[in-house]
Amino acid sequence: MKVRGRIKRISGPLVIADNMAGVQMYEMVRVGEERLIGEVTRIKGDTAYLQVYESTTGLKPGDPVEGTGSPLSVELGPGLLGNIYDGVQRPLSSIIDYLNKIGSSRSIFIERGVDVSPLSRDKKWYFTPSALNTGDSVSSGDVIGVVQETGLIAHKVLLPPGMQGKVSWIAPEGSYSIVDPIAEIKVNGEVKEVYMMQRWPVRTPRPYRLKLEPSEPLITGIRIIDTLFPMAKGGTGMIPGGFGTGKTVTLHGLAQWSSANVIIYIGCGERGNEMTEVLERFPTYKDPWSGKPLMERTVLIANTSNMPVAAREASIYVGVTIAEYYRDMGYDVLLVADSTSRWAEALREIAGRLEEMPAEEGYPSYLASRLAEFYERAGRVKAYGSPERIGSVTLVGAVSPPGGDFTEPVTTHTRRFARVFWALDTSLAYRRHYPAINWISSYSAYVDTVSDWWSKNVDPEWKSYREEIMGILVRENELQEIVRLIGVESLDEKDKLILDVARMIKDGFLKQNAFDPVDAFSTPKKQFELMKLIIDYYRDATKKVEGGTPASRVKELLGRLYVDIVKARFSVPNEKLEMIYKLKKEALKAISSA
Amino acid sequence: MSSLYGVREYSRIAEIRGPLLIVEGVRKVSYDEIVEVELSDGSRRRGRVLDVSSNIAVVQVFEGTTGITTTGTKVRFLGRALELPVSEDMLGRIFNGLGELIDGGPEIVAGEKYDINGSPINPAIRAYPEDFIQTGISAIDGMNTLVRGQKLPIFSGSGLPHNRLAVQIARQASVKGQNEEFAVIFAAIGIKYDDYIFFKKFFEETGALNRVAMFVNLADEPAMIRLVTPRVALTLAEYLAYEVGMHILVILTDMTNYAEALREISAAREEVPGRQGYPGYMYSDLASIYERAGRVHGKEGSITQIPILTMPNDDITHPIPDLTGYITEGQIVLSRDLYNKGIYPPINVLMSLSRLMKEGIGKGKTREDHSQVSDQLYAAYSRGVELRSLAAVIGEESLNVNDRKFLKFADLFEKKFLKQGIRENRDVETTLDIAWELFAELPEEELTNIKEETIKKYHPKYRAII
Ligand SMILES: Nc1ncnc2c1ncn2[C@@H]1O[C@H](COP(=O)(O)OP(=O)(O)O)[C@@H](O)[C@H]1O
Ligand SMILES: Nc1ncnc2c1ncn2[C@@H]1O[C@H](COP(=O)(O)OP(=O)(O)O)[C@@H](O)[C@H]1O
Ligand SMILES: [Mg+2]
Ligand SMILES: [Mg+2]
Repeated sequence: MKVRGRIKRISGPLVIADNMAGVQMYEMVRVGEERLIGEVTRIKGDTAYLQVYESTTGLKPGDPVEGTGSPLSVELGPGLLGNIYDGVQRPLSSIIDYLNKIGSSRSIFIERGVDVSPLSRDKKWYFTPSALNTGDSVSSGDVIGVVQETGLIAHKVLLPPGMQGKVSWIAPEGSYSIVDPIAEIKVNGEVKEVYMMQRWPVRTPRPYRLKLEPSEPLITGIRIIDTLFPMAKGGTGMIPGGFGTGKTVTLHGLAQWSSANVIIYIGCGERGNEMTEVLERFPTYKDPWSGKPLMERTVLIANTSNMPVAAREASIYVGVTIAEYYRDMGYDVLLVADSTSRWAEALREIAGRLEEMPAEEGYPSYLASRLAEFYERAGRVKAYGSPERIGSVTLVGAVSPPGGDFTEPVTTHTRRFARVFWALDTSLAYRRHYPAINWISSYSAYVDTVSDWWSKNVDPEWKSYREEIMGILVRENELQEIVRLIGVESLDEKDKLILDVARMIKDGFLKQNAFDPVDAFSTPKKQFELMKLIIDYYRDATKKVEGGTPASRVKELLGRLYVDIVKARFSVPNEKLEMIYKLKKEALKAISSA
Repeated sequence: MSSLYGVREYSRIAEIRGPLLIVEGVRKVSYDEIVEVELSDGSRRRGRVLDVSSNIAVVQVFEGTTGITTTGTKVRFLGRALELPVSEDMLGRIFNGLGELIDGGPEIVAGEKYDINGSPINPAIRAYPEDFIQTGISAIDGMNTLVRGQKLPIFSGSGLPHNRLAVQIARQASVKGQNEEFAVIFAAIGIKYDDYIFFKKFFEETGALNRVAMFVNLADEPAMIRLVTPRVALTLAEYLAYEVGMHILVILTDMTNYAEALREISAAREEVPGRQGYPGYMYSDLASIYERAGRVHGKEGSITQIPILTMPNDDITHPIPDLTGYITEGQIVLSRDLYNKGIYPPINVLMSLSRLMKEGIGKGKTREDHSQVSDQLYAAYSRGVELRSLAAVIGEESLNVNDRKFLKFADLFEKKFLKQGIRENRDVETTLDIAWELFAELPEEELTNIKEETIKKYHPKYRAII
């Protein structure tokens, strides 16, 4: 029985409805004559409080509200990749087509009450069944068959969670739509149809057999990340920073270059043009790992800052549910959310309208637990079903602290749950030192986790070089304090050398122009060789200085080679690392005469 | 609006609080509906519904509630949201902050009516802005390039020459290879009469008036109208850009007055205040204005927005500039220090940013060396500025020779690159050439942001040889 109630009050995105007895918490409802999408966020007697995912302009008391009987869910199946959805999974490109088809003159806008399915019902997919026979036992997570969803991703059709029984029929190889049955399973004497599409409620994590420790790095091609503050597949990270410090560029970089199989990009309360940028570029950019267009591995979720605020709160859950779905197929999924602060603010706005007691800075007291629940959905897992599959969801959220002040609640709470902290620094950004990730205050809990990988796949000395480069940067930071008070001249020669080498590290290694075709992506090998170039130079130069040569003289001897070293990041392509070896030889030779 | 109930009139006013009327006994009133209030003396005011429950409506009166009485006042609910009739003939005319003609000229034949709140543009149909707009101002063209369809605000302080800069941009803005001029939509939001006259005179003098529509709410006019003025202006802009196909430059000044009106209405509604009393939803509210800029596929026109705001106490972390910067595609920040040094335009390039610059510059758009030149200017100037503060502590003579060159570079940069005349319209090549002259003051091996071949081609040292 569907609940039918009436609107009692409207205040922004919050609608209060009467006569709603029987409605469930978080049930999806249809509001008003236009059947706008809403969700129940509180129940009091037979009154329900609804957050509405579209503009409430024009709603009136007395208008109907209808329950749907189920919580806000997403459609999961082939056709997700390459698509762009709004915060409640309405397909934004299909909406344009739909509005054009009905002859709307306003098809460039998102009009209210448009109801288009997230996944196309018409499109046929070529389905190849698994080797299953009538009578075989199957249980949730088993791979029923495969659909080549894009050039990059083989979409595994999984038996939905909770389903278990014996195969009574499986479709032969061929083309089917997502609403055509592709198998029948006998469950306790009852036959159930299986489709390529399944639904899942967004606020419930999808189940898995076992959580595993992250073990491999998620290579991003961004040097300061991979080398100094690495991310692991299945890990969690945050990137806080004031406006203009590089959150979005970094997240675009991660989406573009990361060694993940599937990318979920959530534009949560940010700019329309930033979504457009991904939409226009990704079909033409190549995945550096496979050479295929990036869009083939990407799903976009867009609730831009001018779109309804309640859907902003939902967008995060829609995105992470899709991520878990591909994880269950055995893929490494990276989800980036720009920005989780806008999600938290949406939470605050709704809480405020519900007149809930605010905790810090107006945020509801459950902000921290919501953040914890979200980041808990990351991880490397062993999925249910056979064949055996290990997949991962890596979560990275941008945080936009008011005034760039990291002591505010969203930043401080997120720090408790995210294990990598890439702190963006306004003063570095003002100087156009990009990425403006502060190397003193950032950290990663995965350095030890990934160092095995580096030592096996790149160089056994990775860890010691990394420690040395960090050591120089930390020392330089202390020295700068002294310099600010008394100038450089009072420093001893070894410390002066540290200042020179630190500048070399900053200009030649840490800085990385996201828009330079050579610089933007460094292979692990190139990262290591650039680091080694600078550190080997430093080691030799230290000996010279210890032998009595002034630091300024060493630099003089290096001469123009200094410029070549700091420009190597954009003048040496990934496939021409011998240029770095040659450069190093020349540099060491140049200072050897000291 | 979904269904129209026609006009309904009620007169039971339970409470008057700040700009709000609480009207009782209402039926079938819808959220955001527009209202006409008739006072006992027959005068009329406008308002809109902010909150509605079964029989109570909260109405915000744009012109304020001064003089309204609980008895003898009639409140008419008009059955529609606030709308603006739009037409091309609105160019060349002057309107009040609600979009009504005030220039005494002939009536305009009303076109189609649009809800002033607009609708969000579908991000899937936006076209990424990438057409370089030459403003003729070196600090902008060279280092913070504006492109067509961008929203680039000016963050100013009281007394700084933001108005002059805005009109200089409006006068000089041009797109290479296209002689079509921008049409300008100007929204005055709570500004002083002097400032209004400054803009009006400028438009008259340049003969541009017939390509300008002005929406004017002055400082002494009702504050609540400020919440409407930018939306009315943008509704016309959207019509002209996306239906008529024109390139529109929208100047919104001063967004600080807008935000203050928002705070006032929030306080009157007794909402939980956010930072410094501004409402928690100010981010989304500002975004519903600023995001009404851009280009879309399949439409000729574009909307470029230059909002102006004055930072209270010159503080960029104040909620108004802070939230604006989080939404807009960069910011041009004016500096009191530079202004006091006699530098016009006093643009603090280090704090300024154009997020859309990279797509608007380079070969075929400006010049191949543009992005490297810009990177190098930033690197060298920021180093010079840092050394300036170091020199202030330890003395210039304690700096080494190299550092002193950067110190000098910073001075030259401000005097030769930043500084220019109010009517000086530099083309982008001139801007880049000035930068190269400045680079010649630095040791060549310090030009670490520029590729070897670019140096060989543009550095004055090598150019002179050829
Ligand atoms: N790695 C980078 N390389 C080059 N430019 C960068 C880089 N990171 C940031 N930027 C510059 O900084 C600007 C602002 O970055 P963005 O990511 O949009 O900031 P945020 O999202 O923190 O507001 C960009 O438009 C770009 O000009
Ligand atoms: N409802 C709210 N909406 C938005 N921001 C809020 C809200 N309430 C508080 N804030 C933020 O909280 C900050 C501090 O608020 P305040 O009430 O002074 O907290 P405290 O006294 O605990 O420090 C403000 O600057 C603002 O950022
Ligand atoms: Mg951003
Ligand atoms: Mg306080």
